[in-house]
Amino acid sequence: MSEGREQRVLDALEQGRRRPPKFTAPRIDMSHGAGGKATHKLIEGLLLPAFSNPALAPLSDAALLPFGDARLAFTTDSFVVRPLVFPGGSIGELAVNGTVNDLVVSGATPIGLSAALIVEEGLRTEVLVHEVEAMAAAAGRAGVPIATGDTKVVERGKGDGLYVVTTGIGIADPGLDLSSASVRPGDKILCSGTLGDHGAAILIARGDLELEAEVFSDTRPLTPLVKALKDAAGPELRFMRDPTRGGVGTVLNELARDSGYGVVLREEKLPVRDVVNGACEILGIDPLYVANEGKLIAVVAPEAADAALEALRGVEGGEEAEIIGEVREEPARMVLMHTQFGGTRMIDMLVGDPLPRIC
Amino acid sequence: MKYVDEFRNGALARAVAAEIASVTDPQRHYKVMEVCGGHTHTIYRHGIKDLLPDQVELVHGPGCPVCVLPMGRVDEGIEIAERPEVIFTCFGDMMRVPGSKGNLLEVKAEGADIRMVYSPLDALRIARENPDREVVFYAIGFETTAPSTALTLQRAKKEGLRNFSVFCNHVTIVPPVRALLDSPDLRLDGFIGPGHVSTVIGCRPYEFMPHDYGKPCVVAGFEPLDLLQSVLMLMRQLGEGRCEVENQYGRAVPWEGNLQALKAMAEVFELRPYFEWRGLGFIAQSALKLSPAYTDFDAEVRYTTPGVRVADPKACQCGEVLKGVLKPPECKVFGTACTPERPLGALMVSSEGACAAYYNFGRKSFEKVEIGSRP
Repeated sequence: MSEGREQRVLDALEQGRRRPPKFTAPRIDMSHGAGGKATHKLIEGLLLPAFSNPALAPLSDAALLPFGDARLAFTTDSFVVRPLVFPGGSIGELAVNGTVNDLVVSGATPIGLSAALIVEEGLRTEVLVHEVEAMAAAAGRAGVPIATGDTKVVERGKGDGLYVVTTGIGIADPGLDLSSASVRPGDKILCSGTLGDHGAAILIARGDLELEAEVFSDTRPLTPLVKALKDAAGPELRFMRDPTRGGVGTVLNELARDSGYGVVLREEKLPVRDVVNGACEILGIDPLYVANEGKLIAVVAPEAADAALEALRGVEGGEEAEIIGEVREEPARMVLMHTQFGGTRMIDMLVGDPLPRIC
Repeated sequence: MKYVDEFRNGALARAVAAEIASVTDPQRHYKVMEVCGGHTHTIYRHGIKDLLPDQVELVHGPGCPVCVLPMGRVDEGIEIAERPEVIFTCFGDMMRVPGSKGNLLEVKAEGADIRMVYSPLDALRIARENPDREVVFYAIGFETTAPSTALTLQRAKKEGLRNFSVFCNHVTIVPPVRALLDSPDLRLDGFIGPGHVSTVIGCRPYEFMPHDYGKPCVVAGFEPLDLLQSVLMLMRQLGEGRCEVENQYGRAVPWEGNLQALKAMAEVFELRPYFEWRGLGFIAQSALKLSPAYTDFDAEVRYTTPGVRVADPKACQCGEVLKGVLKPPECKVFGTACTPERPLGALMVSSEGACAAYYNFGRKSFEKVEIGSRP
């Protein structure tokens, strides 16, 4: 085939990719909630055009709203986890940490949270008490008040016991400009610790798989880690995200796409616990796409990278931090990984749910 | 990870890669097909193509069982799943395989009771727990998964379960490989044989490759070092002028296969006269159906599925891409009527199919990546 024709096909694909997506699914299915390509289509094809405004447009973990001379960081998240209590945490703790983390990785100091509880008829009060206490403890740990809230009760069978929605507001650090547009080739990519602990803990705790392994959710506030990074790297800190649903693979694909640069990883630097690796291997899923609830991905200018790494490792929850890769000119808008085995692998965005392979 | 790390060791990989380079004739181009989708996955996941000399090309074969399932079979499964009395059970990666009107994930969203299972025995358990519902297991896979379906059916029969049935889509590996070998435009030097299938059927069924077609075959395991070593074994055969079936995966594959599993399969299944493969058309005796002794458990009989054939679009050229005659972008429907979200052909279904990989990563999907030093 002629090079010219192949190039035309590739150009057409690229053009299609740059066109705003249309959301055409006749119904919502589970893949729309998995954080991968289908979720992106839902958000970019339906919500973004409908709500169209400059605060929403960057689709970052928290929106930044100008307010006088300051910028307010504003975010919300709903928690629908089953089981409600899992090794390493529970839905209440997760709901507070998750929203706090969306604020702090946006470079903001949280000043207040809201909590809405959607409770299923028949839920035992002791379960609710456990979760409310967990929320209070997590908010105390993060040093942010739960300042407002709401309660609703739905009929039996209409909810998994308890859903929690939290919203958070914070003040953005004026000295930081965290965005994919600040990222430059040569920048280093840091990961604050082991990948996939939360998702693996939930999968195993559901008990459908009859797998027994000691895996604990990593849910924790990222506040001390972010503070250490800011102190060590200052304005050389370019970008931060917490790789929750969709995992590190999804966050880095978003970074590559939004910055226009390539992301190049080293597999042997990816911190993954043996037990998580083993569980993923059995289930045929990739830890790169498994959710984390207490980790951050940071992009730091090369001259500040070593200091940033040291700083992270000095904080509880950051002991296993690594520089996992760097930003390059090429391959533009793609994520590539040098494998431990000595080859390279393209890392795609998650398609659908991370469903297990059969062979 | 214990027991696996050794097979992913970069230093050992470099040593084997150097040996492959040393037995490669620089004047020659080698095309080697890995038959099995699991091998394709390993090749992508560990970047094995980057370790091979430029002269050695890996061609991805037809061995991904969900990818080769034709639309008509998916549609029939969906029709059964939509019945209100049915709990429909299947493996996770079946959920996204497109039929002519949609996939199981979408049908589930419309209200069908579809449950993902990890083993057919889970489906059997669901049947026991729900005596007032009809539980159907959508069986797919090569000889790797067929024995577990067979054992499940034997158990269901023994227990006298009336509310359990199997929609059988098991396929066999040898006929499509033979069909490929029969095509005159194929240029392949050798095959990497499917390790998991071979734990069941053994190595003997591949002897037709060297005997009838003069192509060597090495049965390989699934770790990256297994694959690299099997390429080396093939290259040595080619270099020394040998042509035989060799077993690289001796730690799991007995030469004669697993006789117990074969016996269970022989009792529960029989060969279909022909079966349709997505993108490849009809292939004789390439799939299994339930034997007359198990008719009571056959969902095709219980629900009298119409056997509708949904024609692959005329323009679909998966067969040509598979044989290496065409590159993915040369196919008439590539990227237009056939995309990873709405695949027509087998090679667009899985993200590791040649067409889906090309769609996502362009030339980088098959070229060696030159991106400078490691970070």
